[in-house]
Amino acid sequence: MNADWINTLEALTVVALVTILTRSLPFWFFGGKKELPDTVSYLGAVLPAAIMIILVVFCLRNTGLTVYPFGLPELLSVAVVITVHRFRKNVFLSIIAGTGLYMVLTRTLFMIVS
Amino acid sequence: MKSFIFAFKQAIPVFFPYLFIGIAFGVLMDEAGYSAGWSLLSGVFIYAGSMQIVMVSLLTAGASLGTIALMTFFVNARHIFYGIAFIEQFRKTGRKYPYMIVTLTDEVYSILCSIDYPDGVDVRQTDFYITLILHLVWILSCLTGALFGQLIPYDLAGIEFSATAFFITVCMNQWQSMDSHLPAIIGLISALSFYFILGPSQFILPALVVSVLVLIMMKSRSNNQKKNGSLDLEADLIERAEEISYEC
Repeated sequence: MNADWINTLEALTVVALVTILTRSLPFWFFGGKKELPDTVSYLGAVLPAAIMIILVVFCLRNTGLTVYPFGLPELLSVAVVITVHRFRKNVFLSIIAGTGLYMVLTRTLFMIVS
Repeated sequence: MKSFIFAFKQAIPVFFPYLFIGIAFGVLMDEAGYSAGWSLLSGVFIYAGSMQIVMVSLLTAGASLGTIALMTFFVNARHIFYGIAFIEQFRKTGRKYPYMIVTLTDEVYSILCSIDYPDGVDVRQTDFYITLILHLVWILSCLTGALFGQLIPYDLAGIEFSATAFFITVCMNQWQSMDSHLPAIIGLISALSFYFILGPSQFILPALVVSVLVLIMMKSRSNNQKKNGSLDLEADLIERAEEISYEC
């Protein structure tokens, strides 16, 4: 029991430290400098747009495209988020509409019988 | 106070994914036989949703510390690219600087890069409040899952889509506020290409690295063409830099 306790603490500490490492790397590299290198401040301005769209793909990465329902619930829900956000520009509403539809679709039309 | 209310409003959309993922993590920990204290500690000191969930399976599998370190690095490596946009902004936060760095999650990152600060709101205070509020929501969610997760009578499956939905709205807001859509297009193309080449579990790092490289190449090309007038991208960069210095 005692050994278990120490193992868990060690594992948690490692995960926490490595996570902190990944988050702080750019600050270790560039945070100490008075003037940011040109390329870094340029990347700071243009990279977020690229990263955000990669994150969307990342969130949808486990969608099964080759098996039923072929990613249809995801596709329809993404379409609803885009449409609602395009016309109402309300983040809250867009999330509720998309997530609501997704939850309904995966429970009814596209329910995977297990 | 105005800054706090504004910060709270910005943070609300992320409450859903945080609650869901946090509770899911707490339930998994509880089912694996770890007491609520461990979930609490993870929420406070790790604060990384997908990694915490991966950690549960590593714990139950009895993985070695080396494996755990490597796994954590690969699951969270995307974070290396996040700080680049906030070096200047966070440096001005003084004592809060280290805290702002270690709490830069996917969701905090996406809020901070699409936020539009109104007049009379303190940029540094707002960033800090958003970070703090969401950290607390996360900690509470992990703890709730561990303590009461088994009691929740509803099946919440699918609510994780709220994170995707939120990121899509951030993309759309950025799309409208940026003069150049090239960075987003480059990101999408590289993400999809690597997704189809390498599959769902390995595509994100190459996609990020290639996007960075392509964007840097575009910059050096635009520098060469500078004599012919500045490109959209640079105009946008200068505009944003001015905006930030004005607000601080």
